[in-house]
This record gives sequence, C-alpha cells and structure tokens, in this order.
Amino acid sequence: MIGALPAAAGATAPASLPPRGLDGLDPSFSRLVTAGPGAHTWHLLDNAEHLDRLGVAPVGTLLCVHGNPTWSYLWRRLVTGATDRAAAGGQAWRVVAVDQLEMGFSERIGLPRGLPQRVADLDDLTTALGLDGPVVTVGHDWGGVISLGWAVDHPDLLAGVVLLNTAVHQPAHLRVPAPLRLALRPEVLGRVTVATPAFLETTLALARPRLPRPVRDAYRAPYRGAERRGGIGGFVADIPVTAAHPSAADLDRVAAGVRELDVPALLLWGPSDPIFGDQYLDDLVDRLPHADVHRFEGAGHLVAEDVDYATAALDWLAGSTIGSRAPAADTPPADAPRPDDAPEAREADTLPPPYEPLWHHLDEQRDSTQTALVEMAPPGGAGPRVVTWALLARRIRELAAGLTAVGVRPGDRVSLLVPPGADLTAVLYACLRVGAVVVVADAGLGVKGLTRAVRGARPDHVVGELRGLTAARALGWPGRRISTTPLAPAVARALGVDHALVDLVDVGRGVDLPDEPSPDATAAVLFTSGSTGPAKGVVYTHRQLAAVAGALRTQYDLGPGTGLVAGFAPFALLAPALGARSVTPDMDVTSPRTLTAPAVAAAAAAVDATVLFLSPAALANVVATADDLTPADHAALARVRTFLSAGAPVPEHLLAAAGRLMPNAEPHTPYGMTEGLLMTDATLAGIREATAARTDGDPGGVCVGRPTATTQVRISPLDDDGAATGEPTTEPGRTGEILVSAPHLKDGYFRLHLTDRAAARDVPGSRWHRTGDVGHLDDEGRLWVEGRLAHVVTTADGVVTPVGLEQRVEQVPAVDRAGVVGIGPRGTQLLVAVVETRPRTRRPGLAPAELADAVRAAVPGPLAAVLVVPDLPTDVRHNSKIDRTRLARWAEDVLSGRRVRRP
Amino acid sequence: MRVLVTGASGLLGRAVAARVRAAGHEVRTFQRRPSGVPGVEDVRGSVTAAEDVARAVAGVDGVVHLAAKVSLAGDPADFERVNVHGTERLLGAAARAGATRFVQVSSPSVAHSGRSIVGDDARPADPEHARGDYARTKARAEVAALAADGDGMRVVAVRPHLVWGPGDTQLVARIVARARAGRLPLLDGGRALIDTTYVDNAAAAIAAALERADDDAVHGNAYVVTNGEPRPVAEMLAGICTAAGAPAPRWSVPAGLARAAGGAVEAVWRVRPGQDEPPMTRFLAEQLSTAHWFDQRRTRADLRWRPEVTIDEGLARLRAAAAHGR
Repeated sequence: MIGALPAAAGATAPASLPPRGLDGLDPSFSRLVTAGPGAHTWHLLDNAEHLDRLGVAPVGTLLCVHGNPTWSYLWRRLVTGATDRAAAGGQAWRVVAVDQLEMGFSERIGLPRGLPQRVADLDDLTTALGLDGPVVTVGHDWGGVISLGWAVDHPDLLAGVVLLNTAVHQPAHLRVPAPLRLALRPEVLGRVTVATPAFLETTLALARPRLPRPVRDAYRAPYRGAERRGGIGGFVADIPVTAAHPSAADLDRVAAGVRELDVPALLLWGPSDPIFGDQYLDDLVDRLPHADVHRFEGAGHLVAEDVDYATAALDWLAGSTIGSRAPAADTPPADAPRPDDAPEAREADTLPPPYEPLWHHLDEQRDSTQTALVEMAPPGGAGPRVVTWALLARRIRELAAGLTAVGVRPGDRVSLLVPPGADLTAVLYACLRVGAVVVVADAGLGVKGLTRAVRGARPDHVVGELRGLTAARALGWPGRRISTTPLAPAVARALGVDHALVDLVDVGRGVDLPDEPSPDATAAVLFTSGSTGPAKGVVYTHRQLAAVAGALRTQYDLGPGTGLVAGFAPFALLAPALGARSVTPDMDVTSPRTLTAPAVAAAAAAVDATVLFLSPAALANVVATADDLTPADHAALARVRTFLSAGAPVPEHLLAAAGRLMPNAEPHTPYGMTEGLLMTDATLAGIREATAARTDGDPGGVCVGRPTATTQVRISPLDDDGAATGEPTTEPGRTGEILVSAPHLKDGYFRLHLTDRAAARDVPGSRWHRTGDVGHLDDEGRLWVEGRLAHVVTTADGVVTPVGLEQRVEQVPAVDRAGVVGIGPRGTQLLVAVVETRPRTRRPGLAPAELADAVRAAVPGPLAAVLVVPDLPTDVRHNSKIDRTRLARWAEDVLSGRRVRRP
Repeated sequence: MRVLVTGASGLLGRAVAARVRAAGHEVRTFQRRPSGVPGVEDVRGSVTAAEDVARAVAGVDGVVHLAAKVSLAGDPADFERVNVHGTERLLGAAARAGATRFVQVSSPSVAHSGRSIVGDDARPADPEHARGDYARTKARAEVAALAADGDGMRVVAVRPHLVWGPGDTQLVARIVARARAGRLPLLDGGRALIDTTYVDNAAAAIAAALERADDDAVHGNAYVVTNGEPRPVAEMLAGICTAAGAPAPRWSVPAGLARAAGGAVEAVWRVRPGQDEPPMTRFLAEQLSTAHWFDQRRTRADLRWRPEVTIDEGLARLRAAAAHGR
C-alpha cells in the first residue's frame, strides 16, 4: 500500500525540537530520545524534569499517543495540567506524550510502519525511558489502537487506560467511514495525504468550535512540505479495510486483548465525529464494560481541542485508586461513608427495601378479569379501551417471548417511541421482563431534543408507532425497528421495520423467556427535560425502579384496587407495578395544556378513581375548563380522595382551585426530578400552614413539604460566588443546593461520567444526588425551593435566589407571572424583573412607570429594571418552568440598547 | 490637613469643598468665581495662569482637582489648554509646594470607546479612543495625574459617572431645558441601563479618596464612582424631569439615526457655533443609547465608602428643591 505513496514519502530527516512560540506549548517539556535496535530518535513531551525540580515523586506515568495526522501537541494541556496540579500539591503524574516515528518532530525514516511495528516502536521507547509503572495509556484516533496494543502487551505495568475517539474493531455491519474510504482509493491516497496537506487540513477543520489560527499553525508546524508528510500517508494506508490487510491480524489481537483488560478505563467521546461515530463507542464499551464514559454532546473528532479533556482525565485519575499506592487520608472514595457521618445519614444506605420485581402484581393477577387499565382515547379513535389484568399479563408474556425470539437480549437498549397507553405499558413491561433496558424519551423534548437523546442512547431496537418510526427513519436514528401496528410491506421496507408487535406474538409462540434480570441490572434510561442543555439519560436499575413504586405506594397508599387517573406519563407506567387500576385521559401528551376538566372527569368515572395525578401545566387548563363539567362529572370528581400535581412547583392558588373541583380530595404536590421521582411531599393544608408561619426576613420559595419516608434532604450552603460549596447540613434557614438521598434515586447518568461526578460531589455518603435546585429547610423540617442553582443571582451585596422575589412580584395586582433574573458579570449582577401582565402586553419592553413603581415597591432589594413581555419563555416539557437563563440573556440585550425581540 | 479644591463653583466642587471642610480640614477653593461655600478661603483665578496656580497651592497638603472645561462642543484648543495643560500645571505646582495628596476628579468617559459597558470595573484611561474633545483631554489629564503618583505625592483618580442633584447647571438643567423645549428624545425607547451618581455620594467618594490616598493599595489607581443603582435611561430622565416639573420625554428615535444626526449636527456646529450646545451630538447619542453601568466592588472596598443617598431619595430632594424654586 505504501507503494501508492509519492516518492516524497520515502524522505528521511533526523528528529528535531519544535520551533519556539507554538501556541500553548511550553518548549521546556520537549526532549529527544533515541530508542530501539534501529536507534531512531523520538521527539516527546515529558514533565519528568519539572516534577523532579518540584521535588515530588510521580505516582505513575501517563503514556500519551496521538493519532493521524496530529502530534504530541494534542496532549499539551494534559502535560501542563498535570504539572500544575503537582506544583499545587495535587497528585503528581508524569506525562510522556510521544511523536510517533515519521510523525510530528520525530525522525523521518522513510519506511512503512504497520500497526505491529508501531506497537513494537512504542515498546522500544518505553524500554529506553525505563518506564516502570504504574502506567496509564492515553490514546486518540490511531494512537488509541497503538496505546492499547502497548497496554495489552504490558499487563504488569498497566494501571489504566484513557481513550478519546478511537476504534479497535470495524463492526461487521458497518462500512469503513466514507471519508476514509475516499482517502484510501489508490489514485487519491498519495495526493490527499502526502503531496498536499488536504488530509491534515480536513482533520483540523473537524474541530468544534473552529480552532484558532495559532493552534492550527501549531498542528501544521511539523508537516510543512510533502517530504514531512510521508507518515500521514503511511497511517492511512495502514487502515485494515479487509481481513487480508497485513495489519488486520494484529488489530484483531489488540481488539481481543482489550476485552481482557481489567484496569480502570475512561472513555472521553466527541459524538459529532464523521470517522469514529457512536457505533465505535458502543464497541469499546462492549469490550470495556466497566469503563467510565463521558459523551461530550456537540464535541467531535478533535475532542481534545473541543472540550477540557485534560481536567476531566486528571479529575478521573484523582478520584480513582490508580495513583494512590496507599489510600490517601484526605480523599476517601466517593462511596465510602465519612467518619463524621451522622447515624441517620447511613440509614437509607444500609436498609434497602425488600425487592419485588415490577411485574409481580402482573404475575399474581394473571387470571384476574378485573380492569388493569383503561385508555380513554386509544389510537384508532374508537371509544375507551379496557384491558383486564389477565389480558395485560398475557400480552406482556407474549411480547416478552416475541422480543426474545427476534433477538432482543438482556442488556439490549430498546427505545420506546410509543405514546402513553396500553401498548406502551405492555411493551415496557415485556422489555423489563426480558432484561432489556428501556429508553424512554418524552415526546415533549421536541424533535431536536428527542433525536439527540435517542442518538446518544444508541438503542439496539426502536419500538414505535408509524409517526415515531417515520421520524426515526428521516432523522437517521440507530437501531432495529419494531412497529406497534402492522404496516404495509412497502411502508415497512421504507422505514426499515423488521416486525410489528402483533407478529411478535406469533414468532414468540413456544419460546421460553430468559431468566428474570438481576435486581441490580440496568432497567431503564429516562431522558430529562433538558431545560439546562441537552437532555440527559438517567439510568435506573430494577431495584431502584421498584423502589420508586414502593415510595409511591407508601406515600399515597396506592395499591391493588386503587383507581388512578394518570395524567402524567411516569405514573401511568408505574400503575401496574403498584397493582393499581389506571386510566389515561383523552389528551395530547405532547401538549399537556390541552387536557380539559370533562376529560379528567370522564377518566375518573371510568376506573372509579380515588387518586388523580396531573402535571402542573395540565392543571391550569383543567381549572380553566371547570365550567364545562356536568353534574355527573362533578360526582366522579367528588370520589377522588388524593390529588397530586407533580413535575414542577405548583402555585398554591392553582392547587386550591383544583382542590375545589375535588371537594373530598386532599391536594398534594410532591417534589422530585427524573433522577428521583418522589423526594418530598406537601399537602395544600401543609403549604398553607407553612406559608402562615413565614417571617418577613425569610428567603421565600415554594414549600414542597417534608421528605418522604425513605428520603433524606440536606442543604449545601452557597458561597458569595453563588456556588454550593458549603458542608451539607440540615440547619434551618440556610440557603443552598438541595441534596437528596433515597433508595429510589437514580443509579447514574448514561455515558455522562463528568455529570455523575458533579452530581455526587462532596455528598455525605453513597446514593446522594445534588439536585441543581436551591432552597432551604425551615424549623419544622419542611423544604422550600428557591430556584435553580444556575439561576442564582450574585449581586455586589450578596447572593439572591429568584423564586421568593418572583412570588412577591406576583402579588402586584397587574402581574400575572414573573421571572426575576440577574444580568451582568457574576459578583456584580443586577436584578431585573420580567413580568407577564393582566391583560397581556403585546410588545415586550420597559414596564410603564406605575407598574415599575409597584413592582419595585413589592421587593426588598433594588431592581435595575422592570420589563414586560407577552409570554415568559418556559421549558417544553412542563410548559411551566421559566427558562431564566434565556430570559437573563434577553433582558441583558434589551437593557444594553440592543434590538428587542421576544424572549 | 490644608486642602485645595479647584473648580468649587460647580455643583460637585461646592459639595466636595463643603464635605472636606465638614471633615475638619482647612479648605481653600480655586476658581474664577466665588465658590459660595461657607467657611472656606476663596482664591480666584484660572488653572491656565501659572501665577494664579502658584498662589493657590502655596502651603497646601492636599489637592482635589475638579476644575475642567466640561461641554459637548467647543474649540478643541480650549479643552486642551484647561483640561490637559491646566492639570499638568497644577500637578507640578502642588508637588513643588509640598502637597502629599492629589485627587484627580476624572470621568468614566476617559476609558470609553463607545461600546456598551455592562458591569465593568475602571479600565485604563485611553486618550486615543476616548470620544469627543472633553473625554480625550480628560483622559490625557488622568494619565498625567497617575504618572505623577509617587512617594512624595500620592495621586488617586476618581471618575464619578453622570453626577446630578439640586442646583445642577450641567446635567439636570440641560435635561430639563431640553425636555421643556420638546428636544429630549429617548433613543431606542430609552432601554439602556445607565449608572448615575447623586452629587452628595460623589462628593463623599472624593473626600474618601483624599483620606485613603496614603494607602499603598489605593494611590496610583483610578476608581469609577456611581450610585450602584443603574436604571433605564427613560426612567432616569423621566424621574429627573418629573422632579423638576418638566414633561417626561415621550418620543423615541432609533439610536442609529440619532448617532448619524449627531455627527452631522456636530460638524455644522463647528462652523457656526451658537450660544447653546448642539441639540444632539454623536457622543450624547452614544451615551443615551448604550448601557453604562459599572462594577463598584473595588471602589467601595478600597475607598471604604458606600453611597448614602439612593436614587429615589435623590429624586425626592430634587423635587423638594424645585418646589422651593432653587
């Protein structure tokens, strides 16, 4: 293959030091080392001398290997970052970042070097350096393969592996990425890789955002002129596209060896990579199932340039046991209880509730002709559809067998693009039963958010109705497809659909179900609303999901025989696990604002409901359409004993208005999040009592009641910069980030290792979660939510939380709803109130003088301005959480004199 | 301490002289007209005359320099003579006379190139990019003053932003006169946030700078001083007009248009200068259509000063003064 390269590829040149002045590269890290039987000379970055001067002994070495067509410059931030940490008293890692032979500023020998040769070269170098471990290999692109080759060959020295976008195996069902196929064509190869810098320039152009010019110039520095670029062509030629390729066998050897690695592993991934897409990440995770993975949404092939990978890698090392020969006294592992833990802090950790699988009621009631669920508006349009326990249990068994028959295996991810209802419930429980991991992304995320979520979750199978499958096809979502309804063969082919759910019943006939999954196996990935950035996948095990059902059962006395109106999807899905009889009202689930009071009453009547769940957004319209209720409707609602509104804080007046529709019901508003669905609960009476007990000086907020039976709440107080750095406490009146712990908390985030770490930063024990909400506890142990941590305003006079101020502003008669935000640089921010008025204003802008005066008078601190808008921006999912980040940007624009758009 | 206050016939100068006097210092004032401040020694003269300046600084320990040509238009040479050369002359004379403290009263416009200011702290004075003759010459004066900071004489620059209060013949009187004449447009609806400074707060900050000038963390620095309560331009203008009994501005003009018009008017005004100032200048258009508010944390910490009079209290005092016909 090297024969296809131009003569310039055979040029020779000695190694040299890089020129001075390359952006961000400290020349004192550069050195030349001669190694191996050929006595070839390498250029490498090495901080050994720096550590020596600092007088610190390294805890180990990071051996960093670049890919094609970069050079050790790729690792400059890791070398600098590791040295800075050592200087600051942190863990001291030696970092050796090599320029591979023929690459960077290392020697040009002018001979082809295939994969086995390159792995041997690296071995020669580490022998010459006398590396004696522990060694963590760090690799990107083809450097990933070579570093893993070294790793597989040195189990005695190897302590860990870090990989950035790379691949060790070409999955059989995938073709070599198109850009590489093109570059590999003999008539193209030499021209794009050696004779011209096209391959180099194309790679540099993959950075997101675009690389600054000085950085691009630094990457180009060693590759100026065709005779310097032979190595680039050689690397491309060495890609084993067929099994007959000379490097194919060695790649297979490395790929197989990786499966045997049992050292800690970290995968840092830029998913927007035209070369190494998510399918290669899947392959690596399959080989290294214990790896910590972080997908940087929006980052690409040059993930080392796109994001701060160096901090991520060094934090990971510091949090692992790799660098600690003896456990460090001051940094206990995150999941070990601290010595000063109060006894109650451990209680939730040490007393897991008894485990009952989510389908145990279905098993028990498999012969029951009682109603299990009712759909008021099933797909197809005909009236209510009633499903008995026997039918539901049989259907789930049949589907489970069918899914097994068509190849759904335990651990496979199955994306469910099915609207709430009987179909979704049946297929969900079938998936859970066979040990598949259900991926549920709310249609309320919008197409863009949904696409990102489904892509990132890499489902092996997609189950959807026609609309969902069409979207899946059009948007290029991965996974094999199963339709909820039979499709015409041409349509099925066009959409890439292999099966319909009804077929599964046939193909599953006589097929045995696999063993029940372990309680600690992953059961589900649920996607959050993504009100602050891309949607995040939240991972639950079977035990944790069962604990969610348990928490609901205990808190609301839900169980066999309870009739439940499920106007909020998560609860509809959990009803069979509670043994409850549930009904989905006639509503467009993507638009909760469309639910009407008569639809709710009809649903309640259908299951003789005593419990009613609604989302806050739905609640507003239900209250608004109460005049349409008939006497029979009122009678049905009068039977409701418990009413819940969950998903976002519910204003007291709305809860009270809903309470009047259900005169015998106690209104509740639970506090929770996708990461923990039921953390505290408040009743309307409790909220009123708490509100009456408020004093003038308290920071305000929404009272969300007391922790549920198995939940603990702590507050991590805010510092002057608005960061939650305080030691978690239960002290009343301290405002800070809300920390929660419960058996029904999430297991973690899906492929978001950094987010996992951030959510479990400085917590009092295992199974704690930083919610990102701010609030305080009062003297009675009630929790008050004051807003999102990201929305805390840092003024020159201190930290201010938004919700308390918004409540005061909303007391002004002309104000319907308010958002209070900070504008300007942190630490000296100004408070601005943005309000919706009654009647609505049509044009956004400054509030009229009287309104501004009234709003200013309503709050204790200074407001720089009062703005009016027709509509405050809210999240898609709940239509109720104010997007204060967006609102703040808008307000700053308006008040800087820039053009006014709608927020 | 014996303290010389120059330019004490203006709104701020008078307030500073009175404040320094009240702090127990001996105060001498220096300006062309009588200061009207009780209990101070008036020296009449101009910073453009060397012998006047020598008389003024004789025997003083500290100098607060406010005298300047403040205007939106006029002969560029006048600005240079008063603001640059006058300051240089005073600095030299004060040092020779043995003064140990010098507070240069400057302006945030010395570091402003026309873009919006959103919570910035003071940046270095920039004569090259400052807009208009006033800002350019004040920038050069501040650079000269801070360059004179040394062991013998400690120099602090204080930049109050848009000072207003009862008896103001600059900002308030101009705004009210324009409003009465129906010549006060709101640019882009007057949405831009601006910081302003009630006169007593500015005077207190300047007096604080004089006291703090011997601290090594303070002298040699420039401090922006404001009320720390930015408001939209429209609200501020309406507040001042209403307090003074004038109609609040109502008509809005696109800022781009005003800037272009300001430039054209300025050019014409150079050729045919009148008694009044031009109805719109490019500088004024920028001031009225872009945000100008500042980070006050360093100022407050270093000067150990906080504004005592809020904007609302200041407007109430303005209203009371207007009612008494002052």
